[in-house]
Amino acid sequence: MSDETSSSNDTAVANPTTRMQRLAAVRPRLLSFARLQLRDNALAEDAVQDALMAAIEKDTSFAGRSGYETWVFGILKYKILDLMRYQKRQGRLQPFDDDSDDDAIDRQFQHNGRWQENARPASWGEPDQVFENENFWHVFDACMITLPDNTARVFSLRELMGLTTEEICRELDIKENNCWVILHRARLKLRDCLQQGWLKEGLA
Amino acid sequence: MMMMCKEATRLMSLKQDRRLTFQERLSLRLHLAMCGACRECDRQFSLLNQAGQRFEADLGKRLANDESDTTAPDDRQG
Repeated sequence: MSDETSSSNDTAVANPTTRMQRLAAVRPRLLSFARLQLRDNALAEDAVQDALMAAIEKDTSFAGRSGYETWVFGILKYKILDLMRYQKRQGRLQPFDDDSDDDAIDRQFQHNGRWQENARPASWGEPDQVFENENFWHVFDACMITLPDNTARVFSLRELMGLTTEEICRELDIKENNCWVILHRARLKLRDCLQQGWLKEGLA
Repeated sequence: MMMMCKEATRLMSLKQDRRLTFQERLSLRLHLAMCGACRECDRQFSLLNQAGQRFEADLGKRLANDESDTTAPDDRQG
């Protein structure tokens, strides 16, 4: 362990000690991402551990360019996909039996297909400001956790990992149509949850 | 016949994942033109889409902030 003081300067990434410090600093965020994705604390720890180890091993190939954290994040994404494939082979992923729990969605609409008054979408403000707000991310995490496992998995593969629906179908062995239905549900539930949880507090 | 909000949200969601057909685009645009709540919903879906990219883009930035003692007050007013 070195007690060298860090100069918070991008060129300093070339310094191994600084890189280790930056890895340590980014770890909590990587972990929260992996948890959202894998929904299993132990597996998430494994994924992050693997990614950090790989980052350290391949360290020299990353010649101190900027965007070090993003690079490590990219490694984590691969590890997460690996683990998810492993979960699937082990039969540890729940089957997509279209358990259509549409309650949370029907709650938002009247019988005639119009918005319920208490679920009516309201403005969240400018995206840039929304994302600057730490509280948004807390509520986002909390809302993700309330999604059913499969719904959350498809949503995060799409929106957090950036896979296409075609790729998701291949990963999870589901039909693309099913994928779109799941994503529609996920987005409606998340928007409702975010609006209830965040907007009300965020503007308090 | 006028499409209802629930069906409109299906197209708004689909739009995030694939290119809509001409017919789909047309009916969605028509509905959005007349429905303020759905226009907000459309923005919210786009925001959810951006959130994933932001999560990643912010990794480096937030850390930079962490290092230089952030003095962001909690009681920021919007």
